[in-house]
Amino acid sequence: MTTPLLPDDYFALLDPRWSTREATGTVLRVKSETDEAATVVVRPDHPWPGHRPGQYLRIGAEIDGIRHWRAYSLTSDPDHPRGLVSVTIKTVEGGKMSPWFTEVCGPGTSVFLGNVEGEFALPDPLPEKLLMISAGSGITPIWSMLRELQRRGRLDDVVHLHGTRTAEGFIFGAPLRELAAENDGYKLHEQLSADDGRLTTENLDDLCPDWRERSACLSGPREMIDAFTEHWEAEGIADQLQTERFQPVIGTGDAEVGSGGTVSFVVTDKEATCEQGISILVGGEEAGATLPYGCRMGICHTCVGVLREGQVRDLRSGEVHGEQGETVRTCVNAPEGHVVIEL
Amino acid sequence: MTPTGPSTATIPGTNDGSHGGASRRDGDPNAFNPLFRLSSEEIEEIGERFQKIHDEVKADLGERDAQYIRSIIEFHRRLTALSRIVLMASRYPPAWLLGTAGLSTAKILENMEIGHNVLHGQWDWMNDPQIHSSTWDWDTASTAASWKHSHNYVHHTYTNIIGLDKDVGYEFMRVDPKQKWSPEFLAQPFINVLVMLFFEWGVAIHDMDLEAIKKGKKSKKAIMADLKGIGRKAGRQVLKDYVLFPALSGKHWKKTLKANFTANIVRNIWSNAIIFCGHFPDQAYTFTEEEVADETRGGWYVRQLLGAANIEGNDTFHLMSGNLSYQVEHHLFPDMPSSRYKEIAPKVKALCEEYGLPYNTGPFWQQWLMVQRTILRLAFPGGGETPKPGPYVAPPEPPRQERTVQGVEGPIKAFP
Ligand code: FES
Repeated sequence: MTTPLLPDDYFALLDPRWSTREATGTVLRVKSETDEAATVVVRPDHPWPGHRPGQYLRIGAEIDGIRHWRAYSLTSDPDHPRGLVSVTIKTVEGGKMSPWFTEVCGPGTSVFLGNVEGEFALPDPLPEKLLMISAGSGITPIWSMLRELQRRGRLDDVVHLHGTRTAEGFIFGAPLRELAAENDGYKLHEQLSADDGRLTTENLDDLCPDWRERSACLSGPREMIDAFTEHWEAEGIADQLQTERFQPVIGTGDAEVGSGGTVSFVVTDKEATCEQGISILVGGEEAGATLPYGCRMGICHTCVGVLREGQVRDLRSGEVHGEQGETVRTCVNAPEGHVVIEL
Repeated sequence: MTPTGPSTATIPGTNDGSHGGASRRDGDPNAFNPLFRLSSEEIEEIGERFQKIHDEVKADLGERDAQYIRSIIEFHRRLTALSRIVLMASRYPPAWLLGTAGLSTAKILENMEIGHNVLHGQWDWMNDPQIHSSTWDWDTASTAASWKHSHNYVHHTYTNIIGLDKDVGYEFMRVDPKQKWSPEFLAQPFINVLVMLFFEWGVAIHDMDLEAIKKGKKSKKAIMADLKGIGRKAGRQVLKDYVLFPALSGKHWKKTLKANFTANIVRNIWSNAIIFCGHFPDQAYTFTEEEVADETRGGWYVRQLLGAANIEGNDTFHLMSGNLSYQVEHHLFPDMPSSRYKEIAPKVKALCEEYGLPYNTGPFWQQWLMVQRTILRLAFPGGGETPKPGPYVAPPEPPRQERTVQGVEGPIKAFP
């Protein structure tokens, strides 16, 4: 009846939240956690499908007319009585979305809710002894897990090592200290990197002598994860360690400028390498992928694909751009490092 | 409205070889095609300058632009809903008239300012999946996919290259003397009227490549696949406009059907006029394949500039034409949001003036009549190159009149 539109599009004229085209939510409040971090509480406009503690949410918002997406760990209880959800965000200096969430957006702002993703979760069945290791804003999924343990009354024997620069900068520091004071089964160690140096594998034997016997969950920056994973592997107990790197792997920026990169095409299931100045389209074709194209000069938008991971360089302007979920023209963009594209 | 100055189109017969830099190559109708008078360095320079205009706008896109397209889309939906409701009472003549006018306007807006431009990817930068060239569909017979191929790719890449750009005459009309005449073009004046009335259907089958079908170059299977796509889309359109909505008016369904039919025809005539005025008026240049072999990006820009023509008008006119009245700007920057064309027009004109290039434009009726004249003339064999305007020259600044207070010596500003 309303072709080519959906009846939805007309209902949305009356109230935009009635549209079921996309999952949306409304920010209820932004609660400051530390100087640099805040928890954004959102009321989903549609019933929340639930999540597992430790998972993250892709959340989108429009900033100056452009929709951006990021993934943040969920810090709300999966079965919140009022169906609210929250993510806790640390401001990344020079970032686009994190400062917007922590400083600009306020109650009433509309946000877009993407998928709940992530394999990071409490071991099932729950082991006797647990070891939690976190650093910086890597605390967020660990916090969700600890709350879950508390709810289930299973804070039997949990050692938690957390690395933070200062005691005040410890996100969820106050409630966790309280938790430790009330529960004998939960031992919290805060390592202030400003005084005692960063938390490394060398600290393990001192802080948690029986670490080899525990199931471990680790969330922190990439270098830390790499080092710890190696350590567990060396002991031959890598299967006892679960990790989550909270920094998405995007163009790290340390590759030489415009030096090209590699592309994974997820639909055609091809891998390609693009030398400097070679577009994703050409690289893909040389690797044998059949890709859509038209003008091959950036005007017709026939060749677009959705960027899943990584960043690209516009071969015309030299500008490096791209974030998860953005559509890019493969004929005029080259990979900057590794990219994953939906084509 | 920006002052457009005297349109170059109104300066007739500038083709006398007297303007700067043109060298007459005897018997060559393209002797004055400015593309061939520029050095390759100049062409590259022009290309870079145009690219800079594009990049500046791209960097500036934001909230204001997003609000613009959303408000237009919302306006269109409200107008459509309202018109359909009014048409339920189509048995009363005023309701019929009002509903038909509203629906025609809505359909024009939807096709021109919204559909055409969204499908070009002009709003892709917003990263909003609802207003995106990859997901959009429009209220017309042709499918979004075939349109994007025949228009965004073929027409905008090979603009006005005879033989490659299938929009030059759409493979069944002769609108340029470089196209070879054959007797079937004698029917052109009649076909022209049909195309005006049923433009959306012409556009729908356009991507099927009639030329190839005639020559038997296209497989039966490919033809069937195309027809199926068109059939599905067209079926839904027909069902909506000619069955479901008329049914809502009960036993007066005929009146509503007539209203919907009228709205579609009005939209067809209008979009046909705007689109034909974009490339077929006298001022626009066409090119042969040899002429543009080894074309660079700069050359592409110059060809776009020369091959298109603007239409002068007020803001409402520009809106209703989907800003295709800024055809020149649109062809230079097909994926720039249409709402920005007016803003960059002065920069484009300045570049034209600097490099002695024409800026093709003219009032609506003049352009439209030129097109009709060409169509009639070229139905018959022969026909020469149409006279082309000279380089664009900015109109002189009108002398400023400042109000002065009477009886006081010397000019004193009354309203400083
Ligand atoms: S092929 Fe035309 S934009 Fe990429």
